[in-house]
Amino acid sequence: MSGTYLGMPAFPKAAHEAVRNDTLRANLRHATHTIRDKRAVAVAELDDWTELREAGKQIKDHTLSRLDHYLVQLEESVTAAGGTVHWAAYADEANRIVADLVKATGEGDTGKREVVKVKSMATQEIGLNEALEAEGIAAYETDLAELIVQLGEDRPSHILVPAIHRNRGEIRDIFRSEMEKWGRAAPEGLTDSPAELAEAARLHLREKFLRAKVGISGANFMVAETGTMVVVESEGNGRMCLTLPETLISVVGIEKIVPTWRDLEVFLQTLPRSSTAERMNPYTSMWTGTTDADGPEAFHLVLIDNGRTDTLADEVGRQALRCIRCSACLNVCPVYERAGGHAYGSVYPGPIGAILTPQLRGTASEIDASLPYASSLCGACYDVCPVAIDIPEVLVHLREKVAEHGGPGHRLEKAAIKAAGWVLDHPGVLAAGERVAAKTRRLHPKKLRGPGASQWTDSRDLPEMPAEPFRDWWKKNRT
Amino acid sequence: MRVALFATCVNDAVYPSTAIATVKVLERLGVRVDFPAAQTCCGQPQYNTGYRRATEPLVRRMARAFEGYDHVVAPSGSCVAMVRDNYPRIGRKAYAEGRGSALTDVADSLVPRTYELTEFLVDVLGVTDVGAHFPHRVTYHPSCHGLRMLGLGERPRRLLEAVRGLELVELPGAEECCGFGGTFAVKNADVSTAMGADKVRNSLSTGADVLCGADNSCLMHIGGMLRRQDAPQRALHIAEILASTEEEPLV
Amino acid sequence: MTSPSTPRPTSSSTSSSTSSSTPSSLSSRERILGRVRAALADEPTAPHPARGYLTSHTPDDPTVILDLLHENLADYRALVHRAEESELPSLVADLLAKHGAASVAVPPGLPASWLSGTTVERRHDEGATLTPYDLDATDAVITGCALAVAETGTIILDGGPGQGRRALTLVPDVHICVVRAADQIVASVPQAMPRLDPTRPLTWISGPSATSDIELDRVEGVHGPRTLHVVLITEASARGERGGTTGGA
Repeated sequence: MSGTYLGMPAFPKAAHEAVRNDTLRANLRHATHTIRDKRAVAVAELDDWTELREAGKQIKDHTLSRLDHYLVQLEESVTAAGGTVHWAAYADEANRIVADLVKATGEGDTGKREVVKVKSMATQEIGLNEALEAEGIAAYETDLAELIVQLGEDRPSHILVPAIHRNRGEIRDIFRSEMEKWGRAAPEGLTDSPAELAEAARLHLREKFLRAKVGISGANFMVAETGTMVVVESEGNGRMCLTLPETLISVVGIEKIVPTWRDLEVFLQTLPRSSTAERMNPYTSMWTGTTDADGPEAFHLVLIDNGRTDTLADEVGRQALRCIRCSACLNVCPVYERAGGHAYGSVYPGPIGAILTPQLRGTASEIDASLPYASSLCGACYDVCPVAIDIPEVLVHLREKVAEHGGPGHRLEKAAIKAAGWVLDHPGVLAAGERVAAKTRRLHPKKLRGPGASQWTDSRDLPEMPAEPFRDWWKKNRT
Repeated sequence: MRVALFATCVNDAVYPSTAIATVKVLERLGVRVDFPAAQTCCGQPQYNTGYRRATEPLVRRMARAFEGYDHVVAPSGSCVAMVRDNYPRIGRKAYAEGRGSALTDVADSLVPRTYELTEFLVDVLGVTDVGAHFPHRVTYHPSCHGLRMLGLGERPRRLLEAVRGLELVELPGAEECCGFGGTFAVKNADVSTAMGADKVRNSLSTGADVLCGADNSCLMHIGGMLRRQDAPQRALHIAEILASTEEEPLV
Repeated sequence: MTSPSTPRPTSSSTSSSTSSSTPSSLSSRERILGRVRAALADEPTAPHPARGYLTSHTPDDPTVILDLLHENLADYRALVHRAEESELPSLVADLLAKHGAASVAVPPGLPASWLSGTTVERRHDEGATLTPYDLDATDAVITGCALAVAETGTIILDGGPGQGRRALTLVPDVHICVVRAADQIVASVPQAMPRLDPTRPLTWISGPSATSDIELDRVEGVHGPRTLHVVLITEASARGERGGTTGGA
């Protein structure tokens, strides 16, 4: 993944700041609660949601179980339709491929090389914009939220709405001060009305779309049997990037394949409802290779691994590869709502990020090792997931891997667990301990010190210890 | 019908009144209950923190302690969810690691016999009116594991609605996690506290004098925050409300 | 965990990056496929999906399906009109006039009669001659469609006769789309799939351009046409009670 996030503090440390940021908390609460209720309504409209969810899960599981076959089939289909397929094992390789392709197209009209981009998680994951910049190529984000993030020199905090942490007033301020540095300035007297902000983005980006020679996208789905690529969007910036430039480069994770054209009928029903709570998103583009006199003359598909095959090798963890990036799990997550997306230290925040990032990147860094613990295991994410990823199951599975690694904190924890395990396997010793706790209860302080204990008593009282444990009551009263 | 009480380690050590109340409710309904003394802990804290192998001796202990009982009843949604959802996983992983089927056998044996208290009352005994009396304004927090893993649904509410004198009031944002989450409460104390604070705010907004739940671990967290604020509301396990009668009221 | 952390050592991909601009960097292709095969070594193929979901959520009644399409299009702020074929020229003329359109882009194969009621400048796109800048300076576009989906309020264009290439319906700010109720409407997405040709470039349109990027609240009108008129061409008997014009915004 992108180097942007390396060196991030562990989740609890990052969240410590976020929960104290009142504006952030209010922005996130407002946005997630708005979409949460709407999603429930949109999903309830379909009587067969359970079956659609199950079918989506099974399509993805089947695909993953024969991924090599479907990748080869996809390559053949795309090539036969006039596209060119590239394979990139790692991020830096994908970036190299894209940069070379852009350079091969020659100069842009304004004298410098530039590309327009459709919002894409894959290109964020590999840090494509930064890599292109280093090669003298300007990459313009065209999705409204991505534009807000790019203009504000910010980081994305949500899969679907990367600027979810910003409210309308903050967005207006960013547009007013930053747009002119990138091109057309914000209109005079711009207010914070969402319609005016959207209009400002339309005006700012239009000139970039019209002159663009290269478009870069990801894809929501790739159909192996036909070679068809699918991009699902709302604003029309996707259509602009996919249609107007002469060259289109799509950078897509290898897990985005579905075997058949028909399979799309499942995801085109579940994705919009889960994502933006719409029956259907405003625009869906589907293209197969190139078409004469319609759209780009050259189409390149860059397939990226970048940790996906490692994830695939894990029998429990591989279900994360079913993800269709709808972000419903973020929107219902009580931890995400309070900690915000930046605390996850990855382009994939929230519950799905907490299981995807440590699998794609490994758990060597402080932030990645902390992600599997960034959940109360409440299960709301699993309930809403349209491909039934059991996120709590994978979180616990990954905790096991982190605990096995045994960083400094985990060695101490492991020893404590071992000691507790011994006591719990000796009911007599346990009972003796319970009695001591009960007898000394008047001496227990209200606040404790030391790791674990103070984290509890900083905000909560300890329960008062009973006069005797239950097992002693039982012995006296029922035996 | 041989019924065993699985008190759970938290109730045994910290909330014996909940386990006692469970015994009283069941006995009032004519059920003879045993408390097998070999029981300790289901292993949930260890398992959910990433120590699956350290959980295995406790899984085996559970099997020994409750061998021969028709039903195992626990006043804790999360401990029952541990047995029902995670024991099979522990068994499958041990099997996949080439360590035989002993743990899958444990899961196969325990899972169908293990019930959360409100499930046992409503589904097995077929009772919603347990003859309780509790003249208080009560709001109910459905803990996540009971709500989403066990699917307890309306069972606790139906039991509470049948309690004489009890006024049940709606908890805003009821289905949102309280932020306890086992070791999450200390590993991510800031977020846990922020979630708990919202739960407490919602709960106090109901004007109830009692916040009722079916999981004492969550109530330890919410109740601890209520006490820290000297709030005019206390957290109470549903078993204790169901055990309360006019003759023997809970005070 | 077997997965190493990033950044990957650059040496691990040098062999492929040297050939990266060739059509297929063989070594990375083989490496990825090899890793997939290793990851799935003992894995049985998961079964093909059970398709227990419905093929439609709507009664198989053309009037119900037409009304549902109308309702769902309007719900997402498309402006919906019903007309008989003979009324189309005057309706189109009215709509163009209402928007003050001086020019309209015309895709190849559009029935000439559709624009017979108006004198606005026609900009024909035979041979895809209109540049993006030409299109940006064009006020409106009128097309037919390949299919419409009632349950989702969607019209689908496939570049066939009377629809034009994709840029045509994207750059001008007003799009008038004509749907023949008799044979161009299906109830559901599963019913739409077999009627579409995946080898053609397809654009699914559900209302005008919109965004939820500001506070996750939906606002209409960003880069695509901000006004979408959908004209449902019905037989005289099928107009029912819902004749005339409805829609949001």
